[in-house]
Amino acid sequence: MTSPAAGAVDPRPVKLSCRNLWKVFGPHARDFMKQHEGSVTSADLDRAHLVGAVRGASLEVREGEIFIVMGLSGSGKSTLVRCLSRLIEPTTGELTFDGKDLLKASEAELIDIRRHKMGMVFQHFALLPHLNVQENVAFPLFIQGIAKAERDQRARQMIELVGLQGRERHFPSELSGGQQQRVGIARSLAVEPEIWFLDEPFSALDPLIRREMQSELMRLQNVLKKTIVFITHDFDEAIRLADRIAIMKDGEIIQIGTPEQLVINPATDYVAEFTRDVNRAKVLSAESLMGPATPAASKYTAVPAKAKITSFAADIVESPKPFAVVDGNGKVIGEVTPKAVIDLLSGRGWSAAA
Amino acid sequence: MSDLALNPVAVSRPPSVMRWIVLVAVSAAVIVFLLRGTLPALTAYPNDLVIPFKDWLAGLMTWIKVNFSWFTRSLTAIIDVPLRFAFNLLAKGFKFGTGDAAWTLPRLSWVGVTLVMAWLGYLYGGLRLALLCGLGFLCLALFKLWDNSMLTLALIIICVPFCVVTGLLFGIWGYHSPRVNQLLISPSLDLMQTIPTFAYLIPMLLLFGSSPVSALLATGLFATPPMVRATILGLNKVAPEIKDFADMAGCTRRQKLWRVLVPAAKPSLMIGVNQVIMLALNMVIISSMIGAGGLGYDVLLALRALKIGQAMEAGLAIVIIAIVLDRLSQAIAHKRPDAKQAETFIARNFNLLIAIALLGVTTLLGFVLPAFNKLPDGLTLTSAPYWKAGVDWLTLNYFDQIEAGRVFLLLYFLNPLRAVFEALPWFGVLLVLTALAFRLGGAGLAIVVGALTAVTAATGLWVPAMQTLYLCGASALVACMIGIPVGLWASRSDRVNAVVTPIIDTLQTIPSFCFIIPVVMLFRVGDVTAMIATVAFAVVPAVRYTAHGLRQVPQHLIEAGQVSGCTRWQLFRHVQLPVALPEIMLGINQTILLALSMIIICAMVGTRDLGQEVFKALAKADSGRGLVAGLVIAFIGITADRLITAWVNAMRARRGTA
Ligand SMILES: Nc1ncnc2c1ncn2[C@@H]1O[C@H](COP(=O)(O)OP(=O)(O)OP(=O)(O)O)[C@@H](O)[C@H]1O
Ligand SMILES: [Mg+2]
Repeated sequence: MTSPAAGAVDPRPVKLSCRNLWKVFGPHARDFMKQHEGSVTSADLDRAHLVGAVRGASLEVREGEIFIVMGLSGSGKSTLVRCLSRLIEPTTGELTFDGKDLLKASEAELIDIRRHKMGMVFQHFALLPHLNVQENVAFPLFIQGIAKAERDQRARQMIELVGLQGRERHFPSELSGGQQQRVGIARSLAVEPEIWFLDEPFSALDPLIRREMQSELMRLQNVLKKTIVFITHDFDEAIRLADRIAIMKDGEIIQIGTPEQLVINPATDYVAEFTRDVNRAKVLSAESLMGPATPAASKYTAVPAKAKITSFAADIVESPKPFAVVDGNGKVIGEVTPKAVIDLLSGRGWSAAA
Repeated sequence: MSDLALNPVAVSRPPSVMRWIVLVAVSAAVIVFLLRGTLPALTAYPNDLVIPFKDWLAGLMTWIKVNFSWFTRSLTAIIDVPLRFAFNLLAKGFKFGTGDAAWTLPRLSWVGVTLVMAWLGYLYGGLRLALLCGLGFLCLALFKLWDNSMLTLALIIICVPFCVVTGLLFGIWGYHSPRVNQLLISPSLDLMQTIPTFAYLIPMLLLFGSSPVSALLATGLFATPPMVRATILGLNKVAPEIKDFADMAGCTRRQKLWRVLVPAAKPSLMIGVNQVIMLALNMVIISSMIGAGGLGYDVLLALRALKIGQAMEAGLAIVIIAIVLDRLSQAIAHKRPDAKQAETFIARNFNLLIAIALLGVTTLLGFVLPAFNKLPDGLTLTSAPYWKAGVDWLTLNYFDQIEAGRVFLLLYFLNPLRAVFEALPWFGVLLVLTALAFRLGGAGLAIVVGALTAVTAATGLWVPAMQTLYLCGASALVACMIGIPVGLWASRSDRVNAVVTPIIDTLQTIPSFCFIIPVVMLFRVGDVTAMIATVAFAVVPAVRYTAHGLRQVPQHLIEAGQVSGCTRWQLFRHVQLPVALPEIMLGINQTILLALSMIIICAMVGTRDLGQEVFKALAKADSGRGLVAGLVIAFIGITADRLITAWVNAMRARRGTA
C-alpha cells in the first residue's frame, strides 16, 4: 500500500524493520496461527476467543527519521511498539534491528541492547515515585553499574537538555505533568539510545503544554538526530512531527507514507477521513500543486520543489504572476499559479499536478 | 475475589431449582427435628460414632515433639538470643558475672526511650504526633508499667521485622507464580486468618513450652499473613508502564524486583507493615497465656484475681502502646521522601545520631541519677484506686439497673437463643447448610461446607460448636444492628462521619483482650459480658463497610434517581442500598469473623463453648483436645466466610459489577 515518493528512494539505512508481524492475545495463540497459516480473518479470531491486537504489520524505520504510528484508541499501536521493543513477544513474524534478528536475541543480549541502544518514553511517564529527578534520570545508568560521579554528570546534562535544571532534587509527585514528561524524556536519553520509542508521550498533557512539548521534541531532534518511533492518536501531532506516518486500524497498518502522500493519495476512505480537515497548505509542497512549466517560467520567482505552500503563500497571492518550481539543481520543473494557491487556502478544492 | 465473581456456575443456574433445593433441605431438617424421639442419632451425634481426632492429633503432636525435639530446641536457642538481648536492652539490663564480681550494664533509660519516641513522632508527624508519642510513653513510666511495657515492646520489635521479611518473600513468590498463589498461598492465608488467635497457642505451647519463644512464634505465625497479602497486592498494583520501563532500562530480573517493583509498591507494603504491627501487639498480649510475660500477663493476673483497678491500668497501657505504634507507623508509611538531601555523613544520619545520643546520655546519667534508670516509686502514680472507686460507686448506685439489664438480656435474648441452638439437630443443619452452599456457590462449595459440618459433628463437639455459634451469632447480630445504622448515618452526614471515623479507628487499634476488662467490671463473668465485649470489638467493620459502601454509590446513579423523582427513602431503598449491598455484606462477614475470634477469647470470662475447650486444653496442655476445638472454630469461620463471600459474588455477578 505504500506509495513511495516518485523516484525518491530513501538512501538512509534501515534501522528497525518488521515483516508480517502478528500479536494475538489469548490461549494457544501460536498454535492458532500455525493452523491458519497465511490467512487469518477476524471471524476466525472471534471464534477462537482471541484478540488480534497487531495483524500482519510490516514496516521499515530508517536511521534518523521520525516514524509515526497513528491510530485510534485500541487500534494496536501500543502493542505494536511493545512488539518492536520486544517488551511483549510477537506471536509470529520477523523483527530485525540493525540487520540482526531481534527475536533470536537471548535475554542477556536483549538486556544489553536495551541498556545501550533503546530508549522509551511512556504515556503516563512511568517515573519511579521513590526517586528524585536526578536519580530517576540516572537510574538506567545506575543499573548498568556506572560510577556515581559519571552518572550524576550525565544526568545533569540531560536535565539541562530538557530545561529542568534547578529541580534535580524534586520528586515526581512535586512536578507538573509536562515537567514529569521532561524527566521521562531526559531519562530515556541518558543512555544515548540509537532508537527512541515514544508511546503517546504527550497524550496526558493539556493542549498548550502538548504543543510546547512537540516543539521541544523537534528542537531536541534537530540536535540529536535519533531514529524515532512515535505513537500518537492525534493526527495533527502526527502531521507536525512526522517524516512518515503509518496509519493503523484494528491491528492492521492500512497505509504508510509522508503526510503529503497521505493527503494527496489516501489509500482508503478511512485515511481520507483523517486527512480531510488537515491544513493542506502546511502539508503540501510546491511540487504537489504545480502545473507544467510554461516557457516564461524561468523568469518567475523561484521556489524549491519541497517548499511547503505556507512558506510562500503570502507572497504568491499578492503577485500577479505564477512562481516557478525548481528542483535541487535549480532546474525548472513546473509552475504554481496564484489561483491554485488561493483555491487551496480557501478550501475550494485543489487538483494535484496531472 | 473478583475472579470468583465471574464464576459462571453462580450465574447460570436456573433460580427455580435452587430455591426448591433449600426449601427441601429445610423441610427435611424440620422432619429430623420432629423425629428426634425415634431417630435420636440424627439430632445428637451418637457418642460411639465420634471419630477420635483428638487422640490422633495428640499422637501426632507427641510424635513431632519426640522426633523433632532437636529442631524445636535449636530453634528456641536461636530465637532466644535476639529476644534476650531485646529484653535486656529495654527492660532488664545486662548482667555479667556472678556473685561478688557481678555487675550490670543498665537498660536504656526510660527518659531516653520516651524522648526518642517523641523525636520520632516529631520527625514523621510534627508536634502533634510528638506529643502523642512522648506523653503516651511518659504515662507508661508514671503509672509504673514501664518494665512490662518494655517486655511487650521488645517482643514486638523482635517479631515484626521477622514477619515483614517472611511476608515479603512469600508475597514475592506468590506474585511471580500466580499458580502457587492460587493453589497454595492464598488458601493457606485464608485458613490462617480464620483460625482464631487462641488456637495458635496450643501447638506452640506443646512444642516450645511456656516461654517467650513460643509466644514469639505464635505471634509470628499470626501476624505474617497481612504482609503476604499486602505484598502480592502491592506488586500487582504497580503500574504496568513502570514494569515496562524496568525492562526497557535493561534491568536484570533481580534489579527489576528490588530496584523498581518493591520500592514502587512501598505504600502498599507499609500498610502491610502497619497491620503486622497491630496484629503482633494483639497476639503478644494474648500469648501471655503461654508465657509471653509483659502487659498481657498483668491483665491476666489482675483479671484472675478480679483486681479491677490493676487490670484497667494495664489494659490502658496496652491501648496507649497500640495507639502510639499505629499512628507512628502510619505516619512513617505516609511520609513522602524529603526533597533536601544531605551530602556529609553526619548530616545524612543526623536523626539517627540524635536518637543514639539521647539514649546514650540519659542511660549514662542513670549511673549518677538513678531516677533516669528507674522512676522512683515516690514519683509514680496509680489510677487503680480511682477505677475501683468508680466501679464501686457504679455498682453501689446503679447495681439494680445494671443487674436488671443483665438479667433481661439473659432471660429474653441469650438464654432462649442458646436453647434453640443447643437443640439444633446436627443432621438437619448439615442438610440446610449444604443446600445453601450448593445454591450460592455450586457443587464445590457444597462439598466443602458439607464436609466441614460433618467433621464438626464427628469430633463430638457438636454442642459446644452450637454454643459458640449462638454466642457469636447473637453478638454479630447486635453488632450489625448497631453498626449498620451508625454507618448509614455516617454516610449521610460529614459531621457524623468526622466523629465516627476516629472512634472506630481507635476501636480497631485496641487489642481484643482489652475489651473484656471494663465490661467484666460491670457485668461480672458470663455470657452477657462476653457478648458486650464482642460487640464492641466486632462492630467496627459493620460501621466502616456500610459507610464506605454507601458513600461509594456513584453520583450519577443518585442523580438519575433524583431526576426520576425518587423520594429520599425510595432513593435509599431502590438505588443506594442495592448498589452498596455487596460491600455491606463484606462488612458483615468481617464482623462475624471478628466476633468469632473474640468469643473464643471470652472463654476467660466463663463462657461455655469451644473457647472453653481450648482454654481448658491450654491449662492442661492437652494438645489433641485443644487442636480439635481450635480446628472446629476455624471450620465455623471458614463456613461462614465462604457462604457469605459466595453470596456476595453471586449478587455482584448478577449485576455485572464484579
Ligand atoms: N494483555 C492483553 N490481553 C488481551 N488483549 C489485549 C492486551 N493488551 C491489549 N489488548 C487488546 O489489544 C488491542 C490493542 O490494544 P493497544 O493497547 O495496543 O491499543 P492502543 O492503540 O495503544 O490504544 P490506546 O490509544 O488506548 O493506548 C485492544 O483491543 C486491547 O483490548
Ligand atoms: Mg496505547
